[in-house]
Amino acid sequence: VRSISPGTAVKGGLLVAVIALAIAFPQVLTNPAVTTYGVFAMIFVTVASAWNIFSGNSGYISLGHAVFYGSGAYALGLMAKGWNVEGSTVFALLPLVGVIGAGIALVFGLIALHVRRHTFIVITIAVFFIFQLMAFNFSFTGGSSGLNSPFLSWPAATYNTPFYYIALGYAAGTIAIAWAVRRSRFGLQLRAIRDDEDRARGLGVKTMRVKLAALVISGAITAMIGGVWFYFINQVQPQTGFDPLFDLLIVLMAFLGGYGTIAGPALGALIIEPGTQWLNTQPQFSGLSQILLGVVFLFVILVLPRGIIPTGGEWAKKLRTRGRPAVVATVAMSSQGDVPPEPPVSDKVGAAQ
Amino acid sequence: MARELYQQIADGILVGGVYALMAVGLTLIFGVLDIINIAQGVLVILGAYLSYSIYAHFHIDIFVGLLITIPAMFVVGVVIHWAFIRRLRGTERTSMTLLVTYAVALIVEGILYKIYGANQVQINEPSVNGTKATIRLLGFYLPDIYIYSFILALVLVAAIYLLLYRTKFGRGVRAVMQDETAARLIGIEVNRVAAVTFGIGIAVTAAGGMAYGATNAFNANSGYDLISRLLAIIILGGLGSVGGALASSVFMITLESVVGIWQPTWAIAVFYAALILVLLLRPEGLLGKKAVRAQ
Repeated sequence: VRSISPGTAVKGGLLVAVIALAIAFPQVLTNPAVTTYGVFAMIFVTVASAWNIFSGNSGYISLGHAVFYGSGAYALGLMAKGWNVEGSTVFALLPLVGVIGAGIALVFGLIALHVRRHTFIVITIAVFFIFQLMAFNFSFTGGSSGLNSPFLSWPAATYNTPFYYIALGYAAGTIAIAWAVRRSRFGLQLRAIRDDEDRARGLGVKTMRVKLAALVISGAITAMIGGVWFYFINQVQPQTGFDPLFDLLIVLMAFLGGYGTIAGPALGALIIEPGTQWLNTQPQFSGLSQILLGVVFLFVILVLPRGIIPTGGEWAKKLRTRGRPAVVATVAMSSQGDVPPEPPVSDKVGAAQ
Repeated sequence: MARELYQQIADGILVGGVYALMAVGLTLIFGVLDIINIAQGVLVILGAYLSYSIYAHFHIDIFVGLLITIPAMFVVGVVIHWAFIRRLRGTERTSMTLLVTYAVALIVEGILYKIYGANQVQINEPSVNGTKATIRLLGFYLPDIYIYSFILALVLVAAIYLLLYRTKFGRGVRAVMQDETAARLIGIEVNRVAAVTFGIGIAVTAAGGMAYGATNAFNANSGYDLISRLLAIIILGGLGSVGGALASSVFMITLESVVGIWQPTWAIAVFYAALILVLLLRPEGLLGKKAVRAQ
C-alpha cells in the first residue's frame, strides 16, 4: 500500500475543488452574459492546452494553430450545410472534424517539421496565410462573408449551458491527454527533442514521427474546438476563423501560465480570455486592446518568461525551505531569462529503450 | 499577351528592387543577431506614414524627406534593440526574439491605427504621382516613381554592400556573423555591432516605406502583407544571405506580377508555394548555409 504524501493530498483536493467549481459554474451564475465568458474561457483552455501538447513539449513554437481552428469551423459549417444536419445532431459531426484536423496537421507537419525551430515558426505563419487566402478566395467558403451555422432554436436563457459543458468536456479531456502524454515514454521523447534534437535522434528517438504525432493530436483537438466555437457564435469569416491575433493569444496564454507545464496554459487562458472578452465590451478601450496585448506579451517574455506556475512553484518551495539549505536552488538560478529548463531527459529516454 | 508579359516582368524587376532593400535589412539582422524581425513589415508601414506626414505637413519632397526619416528609423531600431532584444539570452533566443518582435509589431500597428485610422492612404506627390508621369524606356511605359525607387534601392543596397565589405565596421559585422564568440575574443564590441546592425536593418524600412507608400495604398494592416512576402523572400534566399535576399526578391516579385496577369487573387500564393517547395527540396534555402540542424 502506498502512502499518500500531504502534497499529493493537497493537489488532489485542489483538483476536485476546481472540477466541482467548473461544473457548478453555469448553475450558480445563470446570467447568459456571464456564462458566455465561461464558454469562451473553456474553448481557450482547450486550445492553449492542445497547443502546449505539441509546442510546449517539443519546443517547436507554432504560430499557425488558427489553421486548425479555422479549418475546424469551416469543416463543421460545410458538412452541416452539405448534409442538411441541424440542431444538436451537428455535434455528432465533431469527431469527423477532428479527423479533418488530424489530416491537415499531418500534411502541415510533413512539410514544416524538417526545418530549424525558428524557420518552423515562420513556416507556420506562411501556412496560416495560405489558409486565410483560401478562405477568402474559394467560392465554397463563402468568400469574405464566410459561413453561417445551422440555426439552433434553444431558448436564450439556457442557450449557453450545453455549449459550456461541451467545451468543459473538451478542456478536461485535453488536460487529461496532456497529463497522459507527459507521463508517457512518448512525452519523454518529445521533451528530449526539446532539449537536444540531435542527441535524441542519436539515442534512437524517431524524432520526425514523434513530433508529427504530437502535432496531429494537437491539431485534431484544436479543429474540434474550432467547430464548437463556430456553432456557438453561429458564423465564421476568414478574418475571424484565421486570425493572426488568435495565434499570438494562445502563445501568450501558454507563456503566462507556464510554457510546457500542464496547468499553466489552462491558467493563462482563464486569465487572458475573459480579460480580452471584457476589454472588447469596453468602448473606452476600443483600439487599445491590441496595444495592450503587445505590452502584456513583452512583459511576460522579458520579465516572467517561465510563467506563473513554475515561478509560483519556486516561491512556494522557497517559503517551505526557509532557513534550511535549499537543494534545488541551482536549477532555479541558472534559468533566468530562459525557457523552463529541465534536467535533460535524453538519458532517461535512452535508458527506456 | 507577350507585350503585357514583358511589361509585368519590367514592373516586377523594379518593384523587386524595393523589396530587395527591405529584405536585405531583414536578412542582415538575422545574420548578425539571429533574430527574425517580424516587426519589419509594420515598420515599413511606419516609414511610409512618416514620409506621408512629412509631405502632407511640410511639403518637403519625399526623396529629400528621407534625410529625416532614415535617421529617425535608425533610432527606432536602436531603441527596440536596446529596450527588448539585448535582454534575451539563452538557447531559445531566436524563438523568443521572434515573439518579442511580433509583440512590438502589434504595438506599433495599434498606435498607427490610433493615429491614422483604418482608411487607406497613398503618398501623392504632384511631382511624382500627381501627373502620373511615365517614362518610356526600351519600349515600356514605366511610372517614374518606380524608376526613382529602384535607383534609390540600388544605391542603398550598394551602400550597405560597401559598408559590409569595404569598411572596418563591416569586417566586424561579418566576423560576428561567422562566429560571435571568436569575434568577441578578438576585441570586437559585439553589442555595439549588433545594435548598429539592427539600426541599419530598420533604417532601410524608411526608404522601403517611402517607395511602398508612393506606389500602393496602405493602412496599418498592410504590414502583414509585407512581412509575409519578406519572410518568404529571405527564407528562399537562405537566412542571413544578402545576395540570396537580393536575387530572391527580384525573382519572387517578378513571378508574382507575372502570375497576377492570369490569377490576380491567387498571385501572392506563389510566394508560399515556392517557399514550401524549396523547403521540401532544400531546407536551408537556395543560398543558405548548410548548418540546418544546428540550433
